[in-house]
Amino acid sequence: MSDSRERILARLRANRPIEVPTPTVYAKPLGWDREHCIASFMQRMQAVRGEVHRIARDAWVDWLAGELPARGIHHLLAGNGDVGDRLASALPASIRLSRYDHPIEQWKPALFNDIDAAITHARAGLAESGSIVLWPDANEPRLMSLAPPIHIALLDSHKLHENFAAMIAAEHWANGMPTNALLISGPSKTADIEQTLAYGIHGPKQLITLLLD
Amino acid sequence: MNQTDAFHRRIDEALHNAQLRQNFRSALTGIMARRAEQFPDETQLQALRDQARAVRANALVRQPELLERLEAKLTENGIQVHWAEGPDEANAIIHGILERAGAKTVVKGKSMVSEETGLNHYLEHHGIEVIESDLGEYIIQLAEEPPSHIVAPAIHKNRREVAELFQRFHPEIPYTEDIDQLTQSARVVLRDRFANADAGISGVNFAVAETGTLCLVENEGNGRLSTTAPRVHVAITGIEKVVERLSDVPPLLEILTKSATGQPITTYFNMISRPRQPGELDGPEAVHLVLLDNGRSRIRVDDELLDTLRCIRCGACINHCPVYVQLGGHAYGTVYPGPIGIALEPQRIGIHKVGTLTSACTLCGACGEVCPVRIPLPKLINRLRAEAVDGLRAGTAVRGHGSMRKPAEAGVWLLWRWLYTAPSRYRLFTRLATRLRWMTPPWLGAWTRYRCAPRPAQRTLHELAREEGFRNE
Repeated sequence: MSDSRERILARLRANRPIEVPTPTVYAKPLGWDREHCIASFMQRMQAVRGEVHRIARDAWVDWLAGELPARGIHHLLAGNGDVGDRLASALPASIRLSRYDHPIEQWKPALFNDIDAAITHARAGLAESGSIVLWPDANEPRLMSLAPPIHIALLDSHKLHENFAAMIAAEHWANGMPTNALLISGPSKTADIEQTLAYGIHGPKQLITLLLD
Repeated sequence: MNQTDAFHRRIDEALHNAQLRQNFRSALTGIMARRAEQFPDETQLQALRDQARAVRANALVRQPELLERLEAKLTENGIQVHWAEGPDEANAIIHGILERAGAKTVVKGKSMVSEETGLNHYLEHHGIEVIESDLGEYIIQLAEEPPSHIVAPAIHKNRREVAELFQRFHPEIPYTEDIDQLTQSARVVLRDRFANADAGISGVNFAVAETGTLCLVENEGNGRLSTTAPRVHVAITGIEKVVERLSDVPPLLEILTKSATGQPITTYFNMISRPRQPGELDGPEAVHLVLLDNGRSRIRVDDELLDTLRCIRCGACINHCPVYVQLGGHAYGTVYPGPIGIALEPQRIGIHKVGTLTSACTLCGACGEVCPVRIPLPKLINRLRAEAVDGLRAGTAVRGHGSMRKPAEAGVWLLWRWLYTAPSRYRLFTRLATRLRWMTPPWLGAWTRYRCAPRPAQRTLHELAREEGFRNE
């Protein structure tokens, strides 16, 4: 252990400020029912230019098969799980489907330059802030929701929580965090020039959430 | 040149730069309203501020044990923790990490702590190329300027100035003053950098002791890219950023984004707890956290000044400061400008070096009213003003205590006290001051440069009151 560590900690231990009460666990129950949560999620997401489509549970494959060619998407990236499996047989021939099945070091330039869109699951959604929640893993790695210009997320509408505080309490997040957890609220944006909002800086330019009933 | 003269010269330059003042006026217009829109319910706002304050105050009281817990948990998670007393040590640690990893190019997310240490300069001096990837930071890196605001670093530049910088450094891109097109240009320019950088460096907004989690708040995605695409990630943060529990984070996140930019939430809230695990296909193989003290543990010794360390760096105090709006950030000459800078920097660096900043405050109280963690900024600034000139109280925590004390000024206050603490002397003084009012000098230095000299009335208020029948009893 370094001397600096010992010195810093010794200084901090030498002085204990006046005690303060341990803060209560923050909770902000809103009492929203499912429809209210869905409406708020959609409205918040759309307010920051996130696209949301509420469709039937099994309709997303057909929706993508119809919509992707219409949007000029030629190269779609899926993970190693069921999403890619289902798309493999359903997408029209004009769309190339790649799977994120080897380490990033082997194909970084292609991921950054050749993929038009990537599709992942969202683990949950937050109604109050209009956020999707991702726990990227070996099947759906971290860069999928980040490097391609379009990110498509599949979100089960039954997995909406009122807000962040409610979700981490209900799902006991403190018991075990993944390598990386994300709240994503819309496509990437910046206001660094004259405080003027501009979309599509370094992350995806479009975020499309398919809200599955 | 002493610190006060240097500060006055910078103020003078800022106030005479019409373009700069216009840029700040137009950029800051609306920012206060956008924040206010996020808090429609006053009661809820105050409750949220109480919660955020309680979380931060608790974390500071228990700081040593929380830092040890954070270190243990991060280590268990596979994140390597380093401790640095000051800038030189932090820079050397980071350089060592990069060197051992064979990293030659670095993409960097926004970090004010790295501004404290002068990290970019240090690494470049040692042959490592550093690219700032936040759009604002990238702009000022091209311009070779420090940030003028802790949240919006290039707020002092207008679109034409940005367009000219892009033209100079990227002549292959057609000239444009359109903000959307400039943003797209930055995307194109920086994309290869993200794909090819050996290492990423970022700051940290909250470090959670309970779970060993580093939280980053951002809109652009450059923070995520810097912490995901390269094979090494180095995070640097101040030791005060630790919080106890994961459940402490939601109220801080909510009040941070609402206070900072008037957004209910930012595009990305990125929680990092581990390097890449076996089987995972991306993410850095090594993650490091550098914990920097740089004067913070000294601030914590004083029960009043301790409040300074609650800061979550939202910049709301800066946006609401009538002095900052006129001056901009560079005039302060320190890493942190505005009210939080005035409160923090003299403690961090010493009153003998930057104590003069405390004069750039009207004590209007706007900063204290908007602070999401209820830092009593005006009270702290007033305390530091007293510390700066106090000759009696010895041995306080603040470096440079009493260093701005002037014998003449101290003499005037001594005389004032002598006059005002005895009724007989006071009566004689006010009688003389009113009767000899014609002797008041017409020129009183800076005060009379733009104002008339004050002249006592013909008769004292006490005299007039007695005539009206008021008595002291």
